[in-house]
Amino acid sequence: MRDLRDRLAAGEIVVGDGAWGTMLIARGLRPGTAPESWNLERPEVLEEIAARYVEAGADFVTTNTFGGSPVRLRAYGLDGRTEAVNRAAVEAVRHAAGDRALVAGSVGPCGEILKPYGNGDPVEIADGFARQIAALAGAGADLIVVETMTDLTEARLAVEAARRVAPALPVIATMTFDRTRRGFFTVMGVSVAQAVAGLTAAGAHVVGSNCGNGIEAMLEIAREMRAQTDGPLAIQANAGLPESRAGALVYPESPEFMASWVPALVEAGVRIVGGCCGTTPDHVRALRAAVDAARPR
Amino acid sequence: MDPLKQIAEHLERGDDERVAALVSEAIAAGLPAADILNRGLLAGMAVVGEQFRVREIFLPDVLLAARAMYAGLNLIRPLLARDGVPTAGKVVIGSVQGDLHDIGKNLVGIMLKGAGFEVIDLGNDVPAARFVDAAAEAGAPVIGMSALLTTTMTVMKEVVDLVKARRLDVRTIVGGAPVSEAFAKEIGADAYGFDAANAVDRIKALVHA
Repeated sequence: MRDLRDRLAAGEIVVGDGAWGTMLIARGLRPGTAPESWNLERPEVLEEIAARYVEAGADFVTTNTFGGSPVRLRAYGLDGRTEAVNRAAVEAVRHAAGDRALVAGSVGPCGEILKPYGNGDPVEIADGFARQIAALAGAGADLIVVETMTDLTEARLAVEAARRVAPALPVIATMTFDRTRRGFFTVMGVSVAQAVAGLTAAGAHVVGSNCGNGIEAMLEIAREMRAQTDGPLAIQANAGLPESRAGALVYPESPEFMASWVPALVEAGVRIVGGCCGTTPDHVRALRAAVDAARPR
Repeated sequence: MDPLKQIAEHLERGDDERVAALVSEAIAAGLPAADILNRGLLAGMAVVGEQFRVREIFLPDVLLAARAMYAGLNLIRPLLARDGVPTAGKVVIGSVQGDLHDIGKNLVGIMLKGAGFEVIDLGNDVPAARFVDAAAEAGAPVIGMSALLTTTMTVMKEVVDLVKARRLDVRTIVGGAPVSEAFAKEIGADAYGFDAANAVDRIKALVHA
């Protein structure tokens, strides 16, 4: 299977997968349970979800390891099983994907706020990311996705850990922004320009944004990023912000709606497009179709 | 300069050492603890809350300001108790699903303390019964619940139903990324807070209702 970097260099637009958390909960994951505990206990559920994303046309499928850093697993008493948790997640996706899709090792925030604002120790957090990423890479992940970051220091620790312990793997790094009246910032106060500069300096091959916004705001973020870099951008949007409809809460953006923005995203320099919270295999299928119809300039 | 204004301004800058020193000086000068609280610490936190609401400042600034507030609050707490200064009320808060996005719930806690409330924070992954038990035990008139994912929000309705079933004089307020005013109405919650500052305003209204 071709490496992510080769595909991007060839001008391809790469399609990612959709949500995992909402899919797991729809399959019975209860509050208070670490999503990653299912890597060990119910790998067949992971395989089923991964298979649906592969079948929908995803070029890469992320592992269920968003909270797979030992710093975060500690809250569930699973930190001692960091290697097993991360390995099982890679194996589940690989089993489902075979050579039809790349396995993307997901690395989310460690759950602690770094000093001096919180109690998080940067050395411990960096070591935790390194341990998680070494396990992902050792199990055969094809790339690393550092995602949903709001603190640039923490994001950089994760990206640097990836480059250090898995130097052969490409790294996608995305942050989550809120719209403010002064523009887009993360809740920690990181601007789009600062994110691009910081993540790139840390060694990320692709920078971008995931979560927190629907597809329209993501286009604005992509354009802001484009002003800072000529490199490939990644966008993984939520299916809008949830709305209440007839007693049920739904993410409002349909697969067709999301996909209709693909040409504009490509125009803005986006080369990796996928979904975050609320997106489903149907969203990925629609994105796949739109990407196949679009070509970068 | 007015020493209480100085306390507020240093709190806004997140200077916990200076706030503690100024509060100690104010106590030594014989200023009433209630004034130090309301016109110093809480006045400063009100400014911080508003600046965060419009994102003139961000979470790190709020966390530093909160630390400064606690530094001052710890010094005057025994005096407030001695003087019989009432708190704004008790509030039980918690997240129904554990997630790093409990930042939202933590912010509500900070802002509530900054508004003079006594906060009982149950943390993450709080089951419905624990919310209700805690409110009943503490005599708290308000339960605040935060959720991140649509599919975990059923716990909120369970809490509302449990409060009614047990006929407690407790109001409920919900918030979090997927939550809306319409959802709050549907499950019978008494209020919806769209952000931390708004949640505090709504809770004040609930307590005085």
